Amino acid sequence: MILALHAYWAERGCVILQPYDMEMGAGTFHPATTLRALGPDPWNAAFVQPCRRPTDGRYGENPNRLGAYYQYQVILKPSPPDLQDLYLGSLAAIGVDTALHDIRFVEDDWESPTLGAWGLGWEVWCDGMEVTQFTYFQQMGGFDCKPVAGELTYGLERLAMYIQDVDNVYDLAFNDAGVTYGDVFLENERQMSRWNFEVADTDRLFDGFRKAAAECENCLAPTDGSDPLPIPAYEQAIKASHIFNTLQARGVISVAERQAYIGRVRDLAKGACGAWMERNAADWKARHPGWSA
Amino acid sequence: MTVTVDPVPPELIAPAPGDRADFLLELRSEEIPARMQDKARDDLARLFAAELDKVGLKPGAIVTFATPRRLALIARDLPAATEPVTEEVKGPKTAAPPQALEGFLRKTGLTRDQLVERDGILFAITRKPGRATAEILADAIPAIIRAFPWPKSMRWGAASASTESLRWIRPLHGIVALLGEGVVPVEIAGIASGVTTFGHRFHHPGPITIGSAADYEEKLRACHVVVDQDQRRVAVRDRAAALAAEAGLELVEDEGLVGENAGLTEGPVPLLGRFDADYLSVPPEVIQLTARVNQKYFVCRDASGALANAFICTANIDAPDGGAKIVEGNRKVLAARLADARFFYDTDLKVPLEEQAAKLDRIVFHEKLGQVADKVARVAKLAEWLATGGIVPGCDPALARRAAELCKADLVTGMVGEFPELQGVMGGYYAAAQGEHPAVAEAIRDHYKPAGQGDEVPTAPVTVAVSLADKLDTLAAFFDAGMPPTGSKDPFALRRAALGVIATVIESGLRLPLAKTITQALLARPGRHSLEGQLALLDFFADRLKVQQREAGVRHDLIDAVFALGGEDDLVRLLARTAALQAFIGTVDGANLLAGYKRAANILKKEGYAPAEQDGSGLSYTPEPAEAALVAALDSAEPRARAAVKAEAFEGAMAALASLRAPIDAFFDSVTVNDADPAKRAARLALLSRVRAAVHAVADFSRIEG
Repeated sequence: MILALHAYWAERGCVILQPYDMEMGAGTFHPATTLRALGPDPWNAAFVQPCRRPTDGRYGENPNRLGAYYQYQVILKPSPPDLQDLYLGSLAAIGVDTALHDIRFVEDDWESPTLGAWGLGWEVWCDGMEVTQFTYFQQMGGFDCKPVAGELTYGLERLAMYIQDVDNVYDLAFNDAGVTYGDVFLENERQMSRWNFEVADTDRLFDGFRKAAAECENCLAPTDGSDPLPIPAYEQAIKASHIFNTLQARGVISVAERQAYIGRVRDLAKGACGAWMERNAADWKARHPGWSA
Repeated sequence: MTVTVDPVPPELIAPAPGDRADFLLELRSEEIPARMQDKARDDLARLFAAELDKVGLKPGAIVTFATPRRLALIARDLPAATEPVTEEVKGPKTAAPPQALEGFLRKTGLTRDQLVERDGILFAITRKPGRATAEILADAIPAIIRAFPWPKSMRWGAASASTESLRWIRPLHGIVALLGEGVVPVEIAGIASGVTTFGHRFHHPGPITIGSAADYEEKLRACHVVVDQDQRRVAVRDRAAALAAEAGLELVEDEGLVGENAGLTEGPVPLLGRFDADYLSVPPEVIQLTARVNQKYFVCRDASGALANAFICTANIDAPDGGAKIVEGNRKVLAARLADARFFYDTDLKVPLEEQAAKLDRIVFHEKLGQVADKVARVAKLAEWLATGGIVPGCDPALARRAAELCKADLVTGMVGEFPELQGVMGGYYAAAQGEHPAVAEAIRDHYKPAGQGDEVPTAPVTVAVSLADKLDTLAAFFDAGMPPTGSKDPFALRRAALGVIATVIESGLRLPLAKTITQALLARPGRHSLEGQLALLDFFADRLKVQQREAGVRHDLIDAVFALGGEDDLVRLLARTAALQAFIGTVDGANLLAGYKRAANILKKEGYAPAEQDGSGLSYTPEPAEAALVAALDSAEPRARAAVKAEAFEGAMAALASLRAPIDAFFDSVTVNDADPAKRAARLALLSRVRAAVHAVADFSRIEG
């Protein structure tokens, strides 16, 4: 399935990237999405991104909710006029028959408070199941997207369940030799749910959050007075965001504190995006006369 | 006024206004959110009518359509052009100096021989030709699109490199604009109008040529699109009901879902599926909510009225396998949702509510008003007080306290975290399952009621105590902290809370002393309390009561008349008094007494009369018969009215007042108040003052209108 998607999107001009080697909640956090959504240069990319959602863990007991899973992410900037048709073509390429399955575009305006980002779009339903998030980015890191990028985020496990016609994610065949998704990941889900919900040492997590935030600030204003480093800064923001998600799963962040933590992560992400814009602004303006941030 | 003759090239000479044609506009886009479609239709009709109105064009009728992928309008019987207009501008007199004439010619752009002379005055007469409707529409359509008030809109594509690019709800792809059979030429953001649209996304993805407004619906129907939202609604509603009936079940009707599904499909096909009956162990409210909110499914009842293990989803395609695969897919999704719900339910059941309640100190009630745990402690105290004091009769104080202590515990459960709408309901289930007293479980479940007008008003004593305590505490806290609702802003639903208190008190006929109860609620809060807040809250209740009673047909001025007496904070007594007053004012005696009262009050006001110390001594002169009769009537009526008010026999109090009517009328007919003799004058003013006071013992008649 991943190979079919790679082939489909590569044929349509996307660069095929590898997953980013950090824990993150969604493919949108991959710098190839977040940072590259900014600025006027065209950018078309497709990649798999493993995602960690500590609060969605169910100890391996839910047929399709997972604390860790895989997304297939496509970003096309500027958004092409036939993006919906391209997307439906990709479903056909992985074997979803739209004559038999009910595909629907259901309003779902996307907002990432931790990234200071929002867009309009849909969750795409296949027979009532959300299989893709389809978004036209309007803002990222607090900056207007000029131009707008289209983002497609496929839930790989859910699509595979359709294609293989299984009820439970753990029953998905991983190969033709009888290895299932459960063989590979069930124990991970059990142990990670235990750790996320019950065991993780919250003092160390809080400490980790503070350190990531401090390091992000260090990258944005190096003590030696040199230029800010947006990419390392952004990595620290990703790290802080993931630690925050784990703390949430541990249930140690109150409603009042929650907003403050989200605001903190957003400030870090915005800082990194701002530094990215600043670092590239002169080149962008030279290549795209008339463009402005 | 400047009038010029537009130079009209022959090819643009408007068609005769008498020819009428229908106009069709279709704006085709990517999927419009279902919940925005109705308002979008209204906005389109409104903006279109406004554009036509600017040039005086009147369409026969405007109909609008919305599907997920198109917003359309048909305006019937548009004239082909606007009427030519003849305008006459008055100029100078023929005898006026040449400068005046020159100025007028300059202004009108005419020559002297084009002016018309009438009665020695020159007139400029200009004819404005009609404008072709097609031309007007070509200007109007882009204006409408640019001004369209979508609740949220977006940019897209290469043009979005500028933030000035066109905004629409989702990318806009096509415009069909036909007046009669002719295209109205429009271009906006690179989209040119034409005759082409597209059919159903999956059943007929190709282009369709529309001939005119007349064949629009029909051609789309042939391409599997039901463009009329009302027809789609009927299709969803009727088919869903039929499917349920075929399965021996009854559809749980839900017009919101009908509209939503009609807004999500161009060719709706309801399908019935079954879920594993084991999931029925989850409370029915949870199943119905997750089916409706997360999946937009209808649910069904069996013959006994219990929730059945069936769901009805609405597909957008008519699949060759009869929808078997679609139903199967939806069943799986629902199963996963229900598995999740059961996970929450089972997990929550294992934790005693008491233990959950202990976690409420982590949840902020309001940043200025502390944590939910603090609120719960206050509510428990107040609920117990309401029970102990007998204000809520038949309420066991211990049960009231217990129910109040647990009433918010479900806020920290997994299920309510997932479905906040189920607050209360889940707490009730958990309490019952954990062996709490049934009255406690019921109070936890229903203490948010009434949630609005028309909602059920609690009557079970423990529920009433907790419900009142919860709402009164919220009101007291916000008013004490100086945060009453202002104008249209009522973010904490304080108006609803006050109306809930009023409805609950009236429903059970509770003798609740409002001022004292509010004081009690305030005392439970730490720190100093503002008297202003307390008074403002009482006024707020008075206002809410008037609003509520107005809807029940009670005159607000009569409520004012009773409120103005002051010191009345017992809602039941106040309303009994108001009802008696309203009945009395409707009688001839009542109307006349009111007239007599007003006359007396006006005289007192005019004379600037201040009641002197009553010396109690008799009159220094012989009173006239009518005067003596009035004194006698007052002597009799005053104690009767007082006693009746005290006994809350308000009809009796009104009857006592009624006995004054004839003596007052007679007094005004035959006695001169403003007598030359100062002693007589003073005594008669004092008598009128006594009349006023007697009436005020029942109600402040000065507040009564008419």
